[in-house]
Amino acid sequence: MATLADKNVSALVKGSVEIENLSVVFKRRDQYGPLQVLESTSFKINPGEFICLLGPSGCGKSTILNLIAGFLKPTRGQVLVDGNPVEKPGADRGFVFQQYSLLPWKTTFENVEFGLKVRGISRVGRTELVNDYLNRVGLYKHRHSYPHQLSGGMQQRASIVRALVNSPSVLLMDEPFAALDAQTRHMMQELLLNIWSDLKSTVIFVTHDIEEAIFLSDRILVMGVRPGHIKETVVVNLERPRHIDTMLSPAFVNLNRQVFELIREETLKSMELG
Amino acid sequence: MAVSSKSARKTKRKKYSALGSKFLSQQSLSKLGIVSLALIKSRNLRRAISIVLFFGIWQFLCVIQFNFFINFTFLPPPVEVWNATVEFFSGNAPVHITASVQRVLLGFGIAAILGVSLGILIGWFRQIEDLVFIPLELLRPIPAVAWIPLAILMFPNAESGMVYITFLGAFFPILISTIRGVESTDIVLLRVGQCLGAKQLHILKDIVVPGAMPNIASGLVIGMGNAWFCLVTAEILAGRFGVGYLTWESYVTSNYPPIVMGMLLIGLMGLVSTLIVDLLTKLLMPWRVMKKQGV
Repeated sequence: MATLADKNVSALVKGSVEIENLSVVFKRRDQYGPLQVLESTSFKINPGEFICLLGPSGCGKSTILNLIAGFLKPTRGQVLVDGNPVEKPGADRGFVFQQYSLLPWKTTFENVEFGLKVRGISRVGRTELVNDYLNRVGLYKHRHSYPHQLSGGMQQRASIVRALVNSPSVLLMDEPFAALDAQTRHMMQELLLNIWSDLKSTVIFVTHDIEEAIFLSDRILVMGVRPGHIKETVVVNLERPRHIDTMLSPAFVNLNRQVFELIREETLKSMELG
Repeated sequence: MAVSSKSARKTKRKKYSALGSKFLSQQSLSKLGIVSLALIKSRNLRRAISIVLFFGIWQFLCVIQFNFFINFTFLPPPVEVWNATVEFFSGNAPVHITASVQRVLLGFGIAAILGVSLGILIGWFRQIEDLVFIPLELLRPIPAVAWIPLAILMFPNAESGMVYITFLGAFFPILISTIRGVESTDIVLLRVGQCLGAKQLHILKDIVVPGAMPNIASGLVIGMGNAWFCLVTAEILAGRFGVGYLTWESYVTSNYPPIVMGMLLIGLMGLVSTLIVDLLTKLLMPWRVMKKQGV
């Protein structure tokens, strides 16, 4: 749907993210003392790039996302979005949570509308835009349903468009499909790529699923544990648009093997076996 | 893909209850009276039976003059209470009832407005909590009856003193429930608001308060009950009218059937008004999924 892309022209030029020498230390009062979650991590993301942060649990991938969102302050270093240091959460950085993040007391329509409403956009403008987006992800029919009446996949689709309707320069996604069944997850991945190919906003997607990371991203930042750091950057040169067949191609299988080896070392370490 | 949860739940319940009764009949538990009552299919029938049982047992204990630690010998049986009730309603019952209902509703209304708004402020702003919470906690455990002398001193007339005492009953449960509700706001939903660019006012109005609504609703339900709870105490101050006044007055004149009638009447009005509050708050929350977990 070209109209959606037209409305998001700004996203084409905006959406650079620079992570400069980020460290996060959590103070703990128990006998273990302070916990280093992230150690002097730096990387740059170009406008319109689809990046996956991939790693075993405890590698600090969600921490990076929370830092970019502004939920968390770094102990050292800084995050720049479009050249501006991140100080607090804002509508320029959309966030999609793992699950249960729709406001239970608002209908699908009202949830998606909320961001536009608080920013003072007129009712007429809101309704058109929200309906456009709901149509795009097949939720128009369910616009008057409350979240508890929607399936997990529908709830996540609503969360995604709720973030996108504000035309954020960066879309942050924290394992958004992890709680879905395998079939729904594949459908959601294709749907996400579809929307993204229209909007071209920067996406930073956290996952621990290797195939998901390869299928979706332009680049994978593979993270290591103890303390969290970027272990390696894997460029994914698979042709777009990608479909379910992409996952069967030799190139995909090779990448899968390569990333699997990287992750395996770190998983062993995080399980304290390595 | 929409989950038609209602019908699914219904069939589930059917399945479970079928399972349950099968299990129970195998154990031949149905020989026990109360268990077989619990298995009666119609909920309304079960409720009706509960009322019949309540008055039946009461009448029975009076007739046999039950006296083992608890003494039913001098207690008016339901039949006498019924006669007192008939007499009451052939007199000026509406005046008494209206007077009491007005006091309770006024006290409850003020308590609801103050309790909810103060509760939101205390629950959300640390500074306001620090400024007012300790004095409020100090006042909370004081029983309504202890306020009687001060109510006489503080208020220009008996009427406002009585409203004040019913207010006290309702205010604290509403306040505490609202505070707890606001404090337990889901951090993820707060973050959702921040990421969508919501300012403090929108976060309060669209996220914090709706999230606290279930707690506020139970505070209102408890508060409504407590307002009635305090009615007899409040109407000690009354000169002529009120169901609580009548109850108190009958005690002074040792006329027992009207006391029990007054008690039951207060219970009944409390029950009805609580049901109404419950219904109204449920209408405010069409998004809630209500289900009992027990089979």
